[in-house]
Amino acid sequence: MKDFAYAVPATLARAAALWREAPDASRFLAGGTDLLGMMKDFVIQPARVISLAAIPELRGIREEDGALVIGAMTPLGDVIASPLVRARCPALVQAAAGIKSPQLRNMATLGGDLLQRPRCWYFRRGFGLLGMKDGKSLVLDGEDRFHAILGNAGPAKFASPSSIAPALVAAGAELLVWNGEGTRRMAALDLYRTPEREEESEFSLAGGEILVAVRLPAARPASATCEVRQRKSLDWPVAAASACLDLENGRVAGARLVLGQVAPVPWLVDVTSLLAGKPLDEEGAKAAAEAALKDATPLAGNGYKVQVAEVAARRALLAAAGKAG
Amino acid sequence: MSEERGFSRRKFLQGVGAGALAAGAMPDLARGAEAPEDAPDLAGPGPVPVTLDVNGVRTTIEVEPRVTLLDALRSRLDITGAKKVCDHGACGACTVLLDGRPVYACSMLAIAAQGKKIETVESLAPGGELNAVQQAFVAHDGLQCGFCTSGFVLASEALLRQNPRPSHEEVLEALSGNLCRCGSYQGIKKASGAAPGGG
Repeated sequence: MKDFAYAVPATLARAAALWREAPDASRFLAGGTDLLGMMKDFVIQPARVISLAAIPELRGIREEDGALVIGAMTPLGDVIASPLVRARCPALVQAAAGIKSPQLRNMATLGGDLLQRPRCWYFRRGFGLLGMKDGKSLVLDGEDRFHAILGNAGPAKFASPSSIAPALVAAGAELLVWNGEGTRRMAALDLYRTPEREEESEFSLAGGEILVAVRLPAARPASATCEVRQRKSLDWPVAAASACLDLENGRVAGARLVLGQVAPVPWLVDVTSLLAGKPLDEEGAKAAAEAALKDATPLAGNGYKVQVAEVAARRALLAAAGKAG
Repeated sequence: MSEERGFSRRKFLQGVGAGALAAGAMPDLARGAEAPEDAPDLAGPGPVPVTLDVNGVRTTIEVEPRVTLLDALRSRLDITGAKKVCDHGACGACTVLLDGRPVYACSMLAIAAQGKKIETVESLAPGGELNAVQQAFVAHDGLQCGFCTSGFVLASEALLRQNPRPSHEEVLEALSGNLCRCGSYQGIKKASGAAPGGG
């Protein structure tokens, strides 16, 4: 990889100051499992790397005013091991546990997962987020088996790679973001956007902003994440789904379903109207999963992902209701 | 912890005073001494002193911040038990223990491993006598070419320290970050579940 200067600031203010000195050349480093790989491949070549490892506010799992707050630099292994997280949001624990291997979970962080870059092989080979060459999409002309099947009408064909984001979106989590002067809050889904032009980002963070923590305002015990994958480890799922139910006396009062790995952003579908007023059963889960995928627009080589995503969605809904899928 | 992790020439000077410098050429001290008190603690891009605690021995080397822990171990410290295969955190051959937890040394900067206790496979057989996990790999034919073996041994070692009698599923989970291209998985799984006192 290209050489760089390295800093380990102890405060958010210091980190932001270091970034402002060289805004175009700086990258924040979390666990490094994604960023260092891209630097080795010369896809990203920062002249300054600012490690976030020494900033205390970014670490730890705690309860705050009834909400669960998890620092962005908390390793995924700590998220999984936390009884607090397990009790409040099983979908989050299951999503993190799907990230194989133990080595990755010891290194990779919650925030790093949310902000990891797409796995599109054209992007990873230096052809940009939109994978264009000579004004044409390499994805459409090439190998698209793992690309988006939803939200792909524009030039962005990549799939959102985060394992954690669907669980957080389903659970109605908020993100705390340091903007250089203070902390702002946003809904987890608002972190993500679909770029229309190559110079745009897939994230809504402004330059130099730092993801500080994830905040889960309410406990979400009736939640689950299910993945369908080719390889059990050292790979991303083909499709994943997180579901979060509001149950009243065993009947569905609200149902949020979020698909991962299928669109440039985590794909939220409110399936409440399909499921409300009844206990969740196999038939309802199937109908909701089909509805979530009915507008899918698969590319030439990834039609199979529609069925795979449906299976993930159905299983997640049933698991959220405490039923085996 | 931030004191341990943060590197500056000021801290380096303090380190020299404390006799922490075990090896390596003297760096450009004057530049650090002239730096204003509130200057950002930027290290590099040229070589900077990095102190690593590997297998109980603290050594200071001069490396650029871009050097991974794996390259520092293999090329600078001549500790070659951790292997360089994919170099992208996708095979497990470079597995080392960091404060007792298995990590990929290829996906971590050496400068970021300061202040951590690093264990490589060499630490398991200090006198040349194999430890229980290594003996189990021999007994159960848990290897063929051997290139992935140190990674599997350390992943197993980390598991068994936490959980001396792992279930089959726990073994599979603990080994899920390591690949064997020879396909010795049956022997590896037996070895990992069998040592040191497991069933």
